[in-house]
Amino acid sequence: MSEHTHDHDHHEAEGPHVSLKEYVIGFVLAVILTVIPFWLVMGNVFESSTTTALLILPFMVVQIVVHMVFFLHMNFHSEGGWNMLALIFTLVLVFITLAGSLWVMISLNNNMMPGMMG
Amino acid sequence: MSEATMTADVKTQDGQLEFLVKGDHHPQNGTLLGFWLYLMSDCLIFAALFATYGVLARSYAGGPTGMEVFDLSLVAINTSFLLLSSITYGFAMLQMQANRLKGTLFWLAITALLGAAFLGLELYEFYHLIHIGATPQTSGFLTAFFALVGTHGLHVLFGIVWLVTLLFQLKKHGLIPANKRRVFCLSMFWHFLDVVWVGVFTYVYLMGVLP
Repeated sequence: MSEHTHDHDHHEAEGPHVSLKEYVIGFVLAVILTVIPFWLVMGNVFESSTTTALLILPFMVVQIVVHMVFFLHMNFHSEGGWNMLALIFTLVLVFITLAGSLWVMISLNNNMMPGMMG
Repeated sequence: MSEATMTADVKTQDGQLEFLVKGDHHPQNGTLLGFWLYLMSDCLIFAALFATYGVLARSYAGGPTGMEVFDLSLVAINTSFLLLSSITYGFAMLQMQANRLKGTLFWLAITALLGAAFLGLELYEFYHLIHIGATPQTSGFLTAFFALVGTHGLHVLFGIVWLVTLLFQLKKHGLIPANKRRVFCLSMFWHFLDVVWVGVFTYVYLMGVLP
């Protein structure tokens, strides 16, 4: 029984190898990528809402990538690539869900007669 | 989620892999991959909630708008709590890697406290909103808001429950492989919640207060 456990132990030197450098770089990047959009909105840097919105969305995307790489240790090697494959599949579904819903509903709103709009 | 950990429990407590065929080549990190797949399915739940919010974000039905009800300084404090908890969890992982039980427990406890602070502030925000009459029933915007942010908050709550459970497990059994695996799984869960929060604070709060 103990042999089994031991064998199992050995097998399960699992999980990614993490380093302090990785976490610190990730944290510093995340702080920068958080502070800038908050500053853009709270400081009323731009007059136009559209400009601000279009500027802060890329910050969100980049910060999500930073979290994925430095905190969740995503790469193409872990779990023989299955991690990344699952992630890409999910991202495609997320994109279809978000873009599809917004596209359909906004077109619906635009094509309704003004009196019917809620 | 809980089922995955439970089967793992049985597996390690017996010390025998009874349900595995000998010679069967099973992936080394089966649990971690499985947990990742769970997180991906969770991601789809949040995608649906984000889509709902995106559709209803401007349906105020005469009720308050995002600009009127959101307090960005509160959100900024909350964001920093969650971001700090991410790096303190990282410190716990480093301590665990160095096989230091006390350090692991310490940083996990700090993470739990930061998570609790985040949750406390979020509950205060919800209480405040309901107090001023911005309840989920008021408008489509608020329904979608409470559904999305509430679901995220519930995840954080369960994360904290899991963290506290893990603290007791670590205290009792030490840094055994099963516990290490649990710490790894919770780390993915915790960082995943932070990723979702990045979407929430940008899409809901920051874009919500724009005129």
